[in-house]
Amino acid sequence: MLIKKPVDVRESEVTPKELFLKRREFIAAAGVTAAAVATNGLGLLGDAENVAAQNPNAQKLANLKKSPFSTDEKLNSYRDITTYNNFYEFGTGKADPGKYANSLKPRPWSVVVEGQCAKPGTYNIEDIMKWAPIEERIYRMRCVEAWSMVIPWNGYPMSEFLKRFEPTSKAKYVQFKTLVDQRQMPGQTEPALQWPYVEGLRMDEAMHPLTLVGLGLYGEVMPNQNGAPIRLVVPWKYGFKGIKSIVRVSFVENEPLNTWKQQQSSEYGFYANVNPQVDHPRWSQGSENRLGEFFRRKTLMFNGYGDQVASLYSGMDLRKFY
Amino acid sequence: MNATQKRRWVFKPIVWIACLTPLAYLIYSLYQDLGVNPIETFTNFTGIWTLRFIMITLAITPLRWLTGINQLVNYRRLIGLFAFFYGSIHFTTYVVTTFFIGGFSNFDASGLAADLTTRPYIIAGFTAFVLMIPLAVTSTAGWIRRLGGKKWNWLHRLIYITAMAAVLHYYWKVSVKLVPVNPRNYAILVAILLAFRVWRYFAKRAASEV
Repeated sequence: MLIKKPVDVRESEVTPKELFLKRREFIAAAGVTAAAVATNGLGLLGDAENVAAQNPNAQKLANLKKSPFSTDEKLNSYRDITTYNNFYEFGTGKADPGKYANSLKPRPWSVVVEGQCAKPGTYNIEDIMKWAPIEERIYRMRCVEAWSMVIPWNGYPMSEFLKRFEPTSKAKYVQFKTLVDQRQMPGQTEPALQWPYVEGLRMDEAMHPLTLVGLGLYGEVMPNQNGAPIRLVVPWKYGFKGIKSIVRVSFVENEPLNTWKQQQSSEYGFYANVNPQVDHPRWSQGSENRLGEFFRRKTLMFNGYGDQVASLYSGMDLRKFY
Repeated sequence: MNATQKRRWVFKPIVWIACLTPLAYLIYSLYQDLGVNPIETFTNFTGIWTLRFIMITLAITPLRWLTGINQLVNYRRLIGLFAFFYGSIHFTTYVVTTFFIGGFSNFDASGLAADLTTRPYIIAGFTAFVLMIPLAVTSTAGWIRRLGGKKWNWLHRLIYITAMAAVLHYYWKVSVKLVPVNPRNYAILVAILLAFRVWRYFAKRAASEV
């Protein structure tokens, strides 16, 4: 696997969590909410500075390791990341997960591992969180709906997670499933999608160093609406590949049928690599609206991670395997 | 000043204010908070109000038949022009925020052309918008005189196509399979408003045959 050019990170670009908290206290103490509204002006410029919505009760993640894979682009705010979500288990509106995901109970939580591996079993989230040092990975996130964000994820490489179960040579793909529980996930009372949500990766994609077990963001354990307590992050693929609130991991021989492909296979495929040359039938994928910016920007092949991941797909017709 | 003129003096400003209320709300929101994706909020808001104003315009004639209040027609042009007004903002927002890449100096004309000719929901929305242009242009008394009532009436039936195209635009945009409740309600409303015309046409023909 070729890793020609690790993405550079300027650590100075990332505001430390303590500073965020201080700023939050400052805002609260000074009571300058009105000023914040005023400086937000036309409301079109986003609010990267607005971190007042950060959850003060959330468990903090300590000693986060910086990663050379992080981008130095401007972060989207905590508010952007936690109030604008596609997580149909809590409703189909973008604001629904932020409003309703408090019914999810991310502790206690266990993940069942099964299929083509030497160590299947049921694993506790508290243990899973200790299996590798948790890093900060600042990734671009490109939604298939043509908007994007920059998110400071916390987690560790998926390869560290999967290796523990010692997948056999028959394990060609890994499949993930989300929790099904109508009480915790009220959106599942509607047939918006078929439940549980299913996603999958080819083994080499899953083991790629960019692929992350997402355990938190902005230095806190994963907010419920972002897929607590454990989710998938694959930065070169459209956001819907990043399955949330995972309860089951299966090593399988055949390509899993992922939920959106099952829903509408003419629009969504298994690979779902960000690709400006292959349009969604209903809209162009050539450009994107980076939330917080007025004008669109060009969408990059593999979401800008081509140097790291293009070799995974050499010889494949990406128009056919979209 | 007769009674009808007096009524217009009272009601015209009320209708104006009502039609400007969504715009006022939008401007207010711009200075408050349009949410995490302001462009989407702005576009959806102007889109849905275009559709609503088209519906109201279409409802005037059936309301006249049902209530016998013929003066309602005095406000139809104004409401119709507001449909066009909101539609223009909606269309302009779409063009500016989708096809200028990184700034006003970089216009992706081929991207726009491709969108307008290949994407069904864009084609439907663009059709709805373009067909409103001749209606807006010929909405003046001068144009009614020049065309003559009969021709003018025929031309302005384009609003039926606009209404159907606008609903299709909305329906296709939302999603193919995800139960699109809202667009369905608007589709039903358009169907009812157009069914009134069909019913009236046959009722009149039946009456003239007797």
